[in-house]
Amino acid sequence: MIKTHKEAITGAQAAAYAMKQIEPDVVAAYPITPQTPIVEYFAKYVADGVVRTEMIPVESEHSAMSAVVGAAAAGARAMTATSANGLALMHEIVYIAASMRLPVVMPVVNRALSGPINIHCDHSDTMAERDSGWIQIFCEDSQEVYDLMIMAVRLAEHEQVRLPVMVNQDGFIISHGVEPVELLPDEVVKSFVGELKPLYPLLDIDHPVTYGPLDLYDYYFEHKRQQIEAMKNVFKVFPSITEEFYKLTGRRYNFVEPYRMDDAQYVMVALGSTNGTIKYVVDQLREEGRKVGLLKIWMFRPFPKAEVQRYLTGRKAVVVLDRSASFGAEAPLYEAIKSSLYEAAAKPLLGSFVYGLGGRDINPELVRFAFEKAMKHELVADQELYLGLRE
Amino acid sequence: MAELKKWNEIPIGGVITEPGTARKYQTGTWRVKRPVYDRSKCIDCMMCWFYCPDQAIMEENSVMKGINYFYCKGCGICANVCPKSAIEMRPETEFIHKEE
Repeated sequence: MIKTHKEAITGAQAAAYAMKQIEPDVVAAYPITPQTPIVEYFAKYVADGVVRTEMIPVESEHSAMSAVVGAAAAGARAMTATSANGLALMHEIVYIAASMRLPVVMPVVNRALSGPINIHCDHSDTMAERDSGWIQIFCEDSQEVYDLMIMAVRLAEHEQVRLPVMVNQDGFIISHGVEPVELLPDEVVKSFVGELKPLYPLLDIDHPVTYGPLDLYDYYFEHKRQQIEAMKNVFKVFPSITEEFYKLTGRRYNFVEPYRMDDAQYVMVALGSTNGTIKYVVDQLREEGRKVGLLKIWMFRPFPKAEVQRYLTGRKAVVVLDRSASFGAEAPLYEAIKSSLYEAAAKPLLGSFVYGLGGRDINPELVRFAFEKAMKHELVADQELYLGLRE
Repeated sequence: MAELKKWNEIPIGGVITEPGTARKYQTGTWRVKRPVYDRSKCIDCMMCWFYCPDQAIMEENSVMKGINYFYCKGCGICANVCPKSAIEMRPETEFIHKEE
């Protein structure tokens, strides 16, 4: 058995510690609240000589992602980290990184997009990158941040995938909250992630290649089709990575986590740290004899439609919690769940709740209120409701 | 034009895996005006060769050998810089029937 140790650390530290053990060749980053501590901790590892990573302190996030794209195309394992408007400023190059099929891993500390300016958690930043071609993983706590950062490297670099990965953690709630995290020895992580096998590295001067040429109506569509296929391949590849990780750590991951779902009639679906609060309420309601459960979504892109159908078909009601709005349309997670159930043999009642925008607190009472709406069959599929909003 | 390949027959990410493929790109089809070269006026100063943005001026041992219409986009810079007016820009429409 591997000798692990536990430390009381924040989600930001967990991400930085994983990065230290992965020891990428290049990290280019720019500070932004609440992501700043990730890069601060990592910069200290670099300054102390703990890692041999080339650290590039750039002048903006657009430059950070550009430097990472350049490094990854050159054949380096490259990373950055960001939040909110930093991610928005990167957007142009975020899309290019996925289109060039560069296996970059980026922790994203979720924060509300301006404006008005706000530094606290919601998912508007990462949802704005939903269709950028990145794999998007959401963590419930710091342990998941650490574990999924490590697995993300393997997933991104897999020859059938070759796509960048965002590992999302809720701003402040996870990034600045201290929790015990079980950490693996350096050599175990190094051996798990292995060496990067670069595909078409620019620095292989015996095999010169061109990145980013003009790609018009004759081939652009074919290149997009390749990205669609790579996303499908995630469903084949990710389970083998999580299985290997489980054998190493005893911690099991998947596309979704069912919690007390066996006989559940009323199910909540959510992303990120709120799942911890929902589990607490599910336990309370179970003690009161109510048949409730939770389906936590670990992977949002590619969206695990098959798992969602398998777990939600035939339930009495499903409540979806979104920490971001889609102005003029249904909220992103709700839309995905609703669409997944279109052809379900036995459709549950569906309800959509938007909550927690700009860091508005979500507490057990609000979660219970949403469950009660479901249990009273008071859900309307085409009606969006709000938790914790004054109205 | 070469036969177009399917999505699963090409390298991922739009990467081009062999060098110098721009040579295969026939930019001559973009041309609206065609430079017509008059050898009798030419003094081989090679101003056209220096200025041509597409390396479409053919030369051998510092002697002007004509224009490569596979690459020439018809920008007209060569005709403009020629000190002897040895290159004249003529509409492509004049040549359509002649080539048939």
